Amino acid sequence: MTQTKTDTPKPTPTNTSKIPYYPGCTLKTTAKNFESSAIAAARALGIELMEIPRWNCCGTVFSLADDDLIHHVASVRNFVRVQEMNDYGLVKNENRLVTLCAMCFNTLKSTNLRVKNNAEDLKKINDLMYREEDYQGKVEVLHFLELLKSIGFDKITSRVKKPLKGLKIAPYYGCMILRPQEVGIDDPEDPTIQRDLLVALGADSVDTPYKRVCCGSYQTVKEKDIVAELAYDILSHAQKEGAEALATVCPLCAFNLDNRQKEVKSKHPDYQEMPVFYITQLMAIAFGLGKECYGFDQNYVDPRPLLQSKSLIEKQGS
Amino acid sequence: MEENKSPIMERIAEANKAATTGIDAKDIKNWIKIYIMGKAYTVPADLTILTAMEYAGYKFVRGVGCRQGFCGACATVFRKKGDYKLLTGMACQTRAEDGMYLVQIPFSPAEKAEYDLTKEPYEASVLIKYYPEVVRCVSCNTCTKACPQDLEVMDYVQAAIRGAFDSLSETSFDCIQCGLCAIRCPAEIVQYNVAQLGRRMYGRYGQGVPDHLRKRVKEITEGKFNEDMDKIIKCSIEELRKIYTEREKEPE
Amino acid sequence: MIKKVQITPENDKFLNKINELSGQVVTLCEQCGTCSGGCPLVSEMDITPSQWMRLAQLGLKEVLDFKAVWVCASCFTCTVRCPRKIDVSKVAEALRQIILRKAIDYIDLKAIPKEELACLPQIALVSACRKFTG
Repeated sequence: MTQTKTDTPKPTPTNTSKIPYYPGCTLKTTAKNFESSAIAAARALGIELMEIPRWNCCGTVFSLADDDLIHHVASVRNFVRVQEMNDYGLVKNENRLVTLCAMCFNTLKSTNLRVKNNAEDLKKINDLMYREEDYQGKVEVLHFLELLKSIGFDKITSRVKKPLKGLKIAPYYGCMILRPQEVGIDDPEDPTIQRDLLVALGADSVDTPYKRVCCGSYQTVKEKDIVAELAYDILSHAQKEGAEALATVCPLCAFNLDNRQKEVKSKHPDYQEMPVFYITQLMAIAFGLGKECYGFDQNYVDPRPLLQSKSLIEKQGS
Repeated sequence: MEENKSPIMERIAEANKAATTGIDAKDIKNWIKIYIMGKAYTVPADLTILTAMEYAGYKFVRGVGCRQGFCGACATVFRKKGDYKLLTGMACQTRAEDGMYLVQIPFSPAEKAEYDLTKEPYEASVLIKYYPEVVRCVSCNTCTKACPQDLEVMDYVQAAIRGAFDSLSETSFDCIQCGLCAIRCPAEIVQYNVAQLGRRMYGRYGQGVPDHLRKRVKEITEGKFNEDMDKIIKCSIEELRKIYTEREKEPE
Repeated sequence: MIKKVQITPENDKFLNKINELSGQVVTLCEQCGTCSGGCPLVSEMDITPSQWMRLAQLGLKEVLDFKAVWVCASCFTCTVRCPRKIDVSKVAEALRQIILRKAIDYIDLKAIPKEELACLPQIALVSACRKFTG
């Protein structure tokens, strides 16, 4: 098993632990199902994801120009909120910040690394935000998958009520949780963390070389045709390897791979539609948490027929 | 009602007397120097920026309104002596200080989108559809710092981006649309336009019609108040005055 | 394609600007082509990442005339594979910023159809504005 490039977070205690959680704008709207399934799955594992108060949009994607500071302010302000949560006793000595959205993860973690390695830049940003307390540089940004890994996949298996037997899922990573290397949570060329989670849930994980190839990201705004082609490559290769669905942790990948199947179909009439899950939705099903948290209405390609065919959800009213 | 005996209030009352009732300049005890658009003027101390500018000879045809801090017309940008900070305030509500450098922003250019509330879904996407630039917000907080009403403008813009209509409406409620936030925003967002659409959506879809309003409208259409209305319309000015002064008042 | 160029102090200035904005030393690029080979969007580009690196090394302003860096999705595949550890994504960003900072935006929010604006997730619009507007 490949090593992750970042420090492994401390294991969480067995009773309910509260951890600061950053949702990001999209998880409150088009990706509500990602949030609802994740919060429920986390709770089942004894973790309370505590939304940080007064959070602001992280301003994804991370600005790559060396002299730019204003675009990092948004992320640093969120780190100050984590400090405030500790100050006000909402969490106790907890400097970890967990996020579900891969793009928010990348932006927050990249900014954190930038300001931690550059005291002068941090000072300037703190000065600009003079109405806030200074960011001390102690927050640690985690992706939800890293948190799960630190709990241990065997613990996750022990919580499974309904193993996802016979469900062939191709884990899709995209870019933001893998690259660049100092930010990534897994090997950028051959990641395995989602595979391990799927196996822990009892599913069949299908490997494809396209699991780490970019979906086109923000090009979906102006160049949907380019995105449709990339999506077609990713989806059809997964199908060729025997996958029945994809699993992802990024709402933009989900949009490009799920909603844009409409454009894929119009360019490739032979293409068969395939559902795209948030991996937390699969966790929720495997944990038997009930349809209130699945949020399948927000999935563009309805995953219910597939799940029903595997007897993983009820046939009526799911 | 007890008279306010604070020394500062007395000074302000004194100074305002000179400017508003035409008492001689020699009766004014304290003077300050302010710079209006770069030109120095000596004005009585303790006036508001608005009355200080009028004392200096400016006659307002734009950039003035209610004079009560409510209409948002007299938006002013200024710096204080020895301080680099760029400050803002309503001219009618801000005291002129010695060494102040100021200019008025009587208008902030902004286009208001045209929409039909009845045809829009109650979702975050509505705000982004009509004001897509709102996603350019970098959370720099310049708008909050610029707000003369001390509103948390950045917070309500953030609420707008994620469609939290309730907190958007509550946080922007006291906005007087003076435009100072919009003028300073590096992302070129017109915060007050976004908030207005948000509040309208919230009013229509987020909050139901209150029962007492529904009931009162029914009473009016059924003619419950027609007789009283006719009586009032037929009253003379003296009768109206009598009715008004003898009306039932709420206890103090 | 063989082309003869005269390198002037102007070119040096432009090269330095790119190095400064990107924090990279573009002259380290050995033109191995790994970035171009791994780029998922290279088939849509008019020049490849290796080619814009070459033009940047020579400080040639014509690199700004190509559409390639605007097709880039900042996926960092080039960055993690470069054998000389050059962050090619940052070089692409530098080239975009040189244009954007002149108040020349690549996307026009007003030109996006309202139906698209209504169904795109915020994350798509926020990131598109970050990359393509000044």
